[in-house]
Amino acid sequence: MTTVPETSSFGQRVLHPLPDQLYATVSDLRDEGFLTAVDVTAVDYMAHPGRTDLPADVSPERFEVVVSLHAHQSHERVRLRIQVPVDDPVVPSLFDLFPGTEAMEREVFDLFGITFDGHPDMTRILLPEEWEGHPLRKDVDTGRIPVQFREAPVQR
Amino acid sequence: MSSGAPEGTLSDLGSAERVHRRDGSAVLRVGEGEAFELAGDPDNPDDDERMILNMGPSHPSTHGVLRLMLEMEGETVLRTKPVIGYLHTGMEKTGENLSYLQGPTNVTRMDYAAPLFSELAFSLATEKLLGIEVPPRATWIRMLMCELNRVASHLLFQATNGMDLGAVSMMIYGWREREEVLRFFEKVTGLRMNHNYIRPGGVAADLPDGWQDDVRRLLDLIPPRLDEYDTLLTGQPIFRERLQGVGVMTPAEALALSATGPILRSTGYAWDLRRDEPYLAYDQVDFDVLVGTYGDSFDRFAIRLNETRESLRIVEQVLDQMPGGDYRTQDQKVTPPPRARIDDSMEALIHHFKIFTEGFHVPEGEVYVAVESPRGELGCYLVSDGGPNPYRMHIRGPSFVNLQTLPHLMEGGLIADAVAVISSVDPIMGEVDR
Repeated sequence: MTTVPETSSFGQRVLHPLPDQLYATVSDLRDEGFLTAVDVTAVDYMAHPGRTDLPADVSPERFEVVVSLHAHQSHERVRLRIQVPVDDPVVPSLFDLFPGTEAMEREVFDLFGITFDGHPDMTRILLPEEWEGHPLRKDVDTGRIPVQFREAPVQR
Repeated sequence: MSSGAPEGTLSDLGSAERVHRRDGSAVLRVGEGEAFELAGDPDNPDDDERMILNMGPSHPSTHGVLRLMLEMEGETVLRTKPVIGYLHTGMEKTGENLSYLQGPTNVTRMDYAAPLFSELAFSLATEKLLGIEVPPRATWIRMLMCELNRVASHLLFQATNGMDLGAVSMMIYGWREREEVLRFFEKVTGLRMNHNYIRPGGVAADLPDGWQDDVRRLLDLIPPRLDEYDTLLTGQPIFRERLQGVGVMTPAEALALSATGPILRSTGYAWDLRRDEPYLAYDQVDFDVLVGTYGDSFDRFAIRLNETRESLRIVEQVLDQMPGGDYRTQDQKVTPPPRARIDDSMEALIHHFKIFTEGFHVPEGEVYVAVESPRGELGCYLVSDGGPNPYRMHIRGPSFVNLQTLPHLMEGGLIADAVAVISSVDPIMGEVDR
């Protein structure tokens, strides 16, 4: 059993494994009865660097992949927060443990540009295949369309 | 009402081998160009009969804009690739630019057949971060509205499921009753859909005078109609033939694919967040969690039909137990001052203005909250940096995850059964694409 830093958030267990500890940690948890990977998502902490809810021995990185697991019998949920550096955004895929993460990992890849190593089909899922960029990153702005008002001055 | 999760470890729940395969599996994992090469040459008589068929994105049975790439041999489906994203509008990004009070307007547009559940998940997550309690009346109003919404959503499913399988009259009946529920919603929230009714801190408005009569009318109207559908569909040999044994799944497969809601329950795995992780006041009402036996399309139909009855049972209990009091929290941080005070108090006016322009600040933290929507576990993951907008807002859409079961349910079946399977998974594309 790999030991990883643990915290708690609103009564829910939160684990902070390193990317290379992720697969072993999730595998152990699955054997403990966490039979479903409920959710895989990510957060870009670029605009919020000073977050305080990480344990002291976890160094914050720009990206964080968040995996939620669920044990039905013990009514327990556990959340894994994995720090992913921007210059090497790679995390091992959980496909072999939970095939249900396939679409969710593709979504994270599509919207954040984080690659899941060992995923069978690491392609875009929501955006078109030829799309450039990853829109949920904080350095991507929301687009806007100029609105034309009637009789408004053209140049301001 | 029994508590306690289903017994057994993963290996007792049947084999999940089928969904773990990487190659040659049910899931077609190729791009557009490769798909073209996979297809056989129709002019070459020695070539196999394999072809790639595109179904959708605008096909009447695909419930909106789901596109399926089917690898077929004759009429048999070998592999399937669901192609999604046609409705993607970046709602999670939009959510980062809206205040917590504006948030429900955004998330309500995800699952447009059950909009109140997205609002509920978002509001519960915000309230957890804020650390506020909502008054009991708000909780029970939320429960009443959500269960009625589940009725409306399941009626919509029965209507479309009937139509997809040729029982076209069901389309008219299902919408007819759904419209009755939506009429009540319009009276309460002002809108038939996309209500923005459940908000952080409570609900937008109290129930209108005479709401009991309206709800009682629905309770009198819908159950006999459900019995009619039972006769019309469940008792009809053609309908049963089309669904029974089509799209079968074991509990282990459903768990491995993260499927929730009626799909998981149809396999015989009794899991319902309302019973097993009660939120709102579901621990104070009596209802049954329905499970199937075979995990086929018919079980999924039967579960939704009977869940409609269970929801009406809950509505009846809510009607009897509805407490009085406030419909939203009196926490001044979240709730604006009453309209009348704005006319004679400058401070109240400023306070009102602050809440609706800047929005209220939410303490730093991250939280995941899940509710049982008609389609399964609807989760909201919120990260706050202490500002008035969510730093990150993620909705775990049950339709999006459940859609992954499609290739496995369709594998080896006929193309005509594909329609039955899509219909029984009941994806709402607004929630899939977000």
